[in-house]
Amino acid sequence: MISLAGRDILHSWGKFALTGLGLGLLIGVTLTMAGVYRGMVDDAHALITNSGADLWVVQQDTQGPYAESSSIKDDVVRSVRGMPGVSQAANVTYFTLQVQGASGDDKRVMVVGIEPGQPGEPGYLLAGRQISRNHYEAVADIRTGFALGETIRIRRHGYTVVGLTQRMVSSGGDPMVFIPLKDAQESQFLKDNDAIENDRARTAANPAFNRPGVPGLLQAVQALQSSSHSVNAVLVQVQSGWLPERVAEPIRRWKHLSVFTRAGMEDILVAKLIATSAKQIGMFLAILALVSAAIVAFIIYTMTLGKIREIAVLKLIGTRNSTIAGMILQQALGLGLIGFVVGKVAATVWAPVFPKFVLLLTQDAVTGLLATLLICALASTLAIRVALQVDPAEAIG
Amino acid sequence: MNAVNATKNPAGGIRIEGLRKVYGHGDTAVEALKNVNMAVAPGEVVGLVGPSGSGKSTLLKCLGAIIEPTSGRMYLGDELIYDNGWTSSDLRALRRDRIGFVFQAPYLIPFLDVTDNVALLPMLAGVPNGQARSRAMELLTALDVAHRAKAEPSQLSGGEQQRVSIARALANRPPVILADEPTAPLDSERALAVMRILNQMAQQAQTAIIVVTHDEKIIPTFKRIYHIRDGQTVEERGEGRAL
Repeated sequence: MISLAGRDILHSWGKFALTGLGLGLLIGVTLTMAGVYRGMVDDAHALITNSGADLWVVQQDTQGPYAESSSIKDDVVRSVRGMPGVSQAANVTYFTLQVQGASGDDKRVMVVGIEPGQPGEPGYLLAGRQISRNHYEAVADIRTGFALGETIRIRRHGYTVVGLTQRMVSSGGDPMVFIPLKDAQESQFLKDNDAIENDRARTAANPAFNRPGVPGLLQAVQALQSSSHSVNAVLVQVQSGWLPERVAEPIRRWKHLSVFTRAGMEDILVAKLIATSAKQIGMFLAILALVSAAIVAFIIYTMTLGKIREIAVLKLIGTRNSTIAGMILQQALGLGLIGFVVGKVAATVWAPVFPKFVLLLTQDAVTGLLATLLICALASTLAIRVALQVDPAEAIG
Repeated sequence: MNAVNATKNPAGGIRIEGLRKVYGHGDTAVEALKNVNMAVAPGEVVGLVGPSGSGKSTLLKCLGAIIEPTSGRMYLGDELIYDNGWTSSDLRALRRDRIGFVFQAPYLIPFLDVTDNVALLPMLAGVPNGQARSRAMELLTALDVAHRAKAEPSQLSGGEQQRVSIARALANRPPVILADEPTAPLDSERALAVMRILNQMAQQAQTAIIVVTHDEKIIPTFKRIYHIRDGQTVEERGEGRAL
C-alpha cells in the first residue's frame, strides 16, 4: 500500500516546508528555553565545582555567598584553618558590577576576590598565568571578551589581565573576573571621595571621637571607617578521609557560622536560587507547547478541510476509516518531524550567540521530539474527527 | 414506456425490488423513493434519467451502498444486500470490491499520479503494489491514456481525467459500475467517446453499468432507459444508437 500521507506531503512540499519552518522556529525557541534552564543548572554546578571548595563558611543564618549576601570578618579564616579535618581555607569575596575594558565598553561581570594559590582560584587557564602579585592583576573568563594584557577598570583602579579561564560564571550567568582579595575588599566597600570626606567630617564633629587630649583617636577612627575587613565567605577544602559534614558540624557549633556542603550549596543554587526562573521557563515551555499544538491543529485542520472532496471519494471507493485517519496522523507527525529538525538545527545554530549559556542536551532533544510527536498526534485528532464525519455521499453530490 | 420487468434475474448484474427510502420521521417524513424496481444485466449499459428532485441521487446512493434503503431488496448477482446482516465495514468492502464509481467531475486524488490513482483501489483491497500497478497500466492502455501514466491529474485534459476515472472504476473488476453524469462537462465528441468506452468495458468485463444523466447527447445511445419521477421508475426502450 502506498503512503497517502507521504505522497500528499511530496505533492504539497512547499506548503509543508513553510509550515514546518514556522513550526520549527517555534520548536527551536522551545528547545532553547529548555537549554537556557539546563545552562542555568550547569552554571550553578560549574560555580560550585570550579570554586574547588568542599565547604562554604558564611555568615550565620544566611544562605550566602551566592543566593544571599553574607559578610564575615576576614580573620575568621584563621580559626577555620585550625578546625579538625580542614586542609585548606581561604577568604573569598563576590560582587557583581560593570567593568570597563580597554575599548571603553562596559561588561557586566562577577568580580571574585581570591587569595592566589588557595581555594577559589580558577582551576585551569586557557592562556596566560594565575595572579602572582597582590595588586592590580586579573584573570578573566573568556566570555568577558577581555584579552591578555588588556587593562580593565574596576572602580578606581586599572587591572592587567594576566590569564584567561573558561566556564567560570556566576549563578546568573555573568562571567567572572578574579582579582587579589585585598583589592576586591577595597573595591567592594569603596566609597567615593565625597562620601569619605563627609564621613570624616561627621566623625570629627562627634566629640566622642574628637576628644581634646587624646591625640590620634580621631585618625584611628577615620582609618577604621575607610578600610574593610569583611569577606563574603571562607572556602574550605577538607583533608582526605574526612567527610565534609563531619568537618562542617564543629564549625557551625563553635564558630557560630553557617556552613554548607557541596550538596547543600547545590540545593541552594539549583532548587532555590533558580527555582523562580525554572518555573518561568516551565511556564514558557507549556505556553509554547500549547501554541505549537494550536498551530499544528489549525494547519492540519485547514489542510483536511481542503481535501474534503478527496476524502469523500476515498471513503466512497471503500477506503477504511483507519487508513484516512492514518493519513492525517502521518501528515501531522511529518509536519512535527520537519518542524523538529528545523527547530533543532535553529537552536544549535543560535545557541552559541545567545546571551545566556544554552546547554542543549541529547536527552532534551529526544524528549522534545517525543513531545512534538505527541502534540502533533493530539493536534491531528480534530482533523481526523472532521475527516471521519465526511459522508461518502458528498462525492456524488 | 414499459413497466420494469422486476422478475428478470440476471446472473451477475444488479437488481432491486420494491426499494423505498424515507427521510425523516412522522409529519416531516419525505418518501424519496417509492417502490423502485430495476434490473441491469452483466454487459449492459442502461441510462437513468429524471428531473431534479426526482430521486436520482437517492437511488444512486442506495445502489452504491452509501445509504441504506428503508425497505425493499437489492441483489448484486444472486446475493441479497441490505438484509440487516451487513455492517458498515461490509458495505465499505462492497463499494471497494464490487461497485465502481464514475463521477461528473473525475475527482482524482491530486497527490497521486495517474497510475496510482487507478492502482489505489486494488491496493486498498490488498493486492500487492506491483500487481495493482500492472492492472492499472492495462486499463490505462485500454483507455488510451497510458502515455500519461506518470502525470499528475492536474496535468491532464478533462477527457483524459474522465478516462482515468473510468479506469479507476474498473480497477477491481467490479460487476457493477455507477456513473453519475460522466459526460456532463465534455463536448459531444468526447462524451460519445466516453460512452463508447463504457460500452466496450461493459462488453469486455461483463459489467453492469448504470449511467445517471441529463445529457441529451448520449441518451440516444442507450438501449434501455429508466426514467425516474416522484420516486418511481419507469423503463423505456432506448434508441441504442451505434457508437
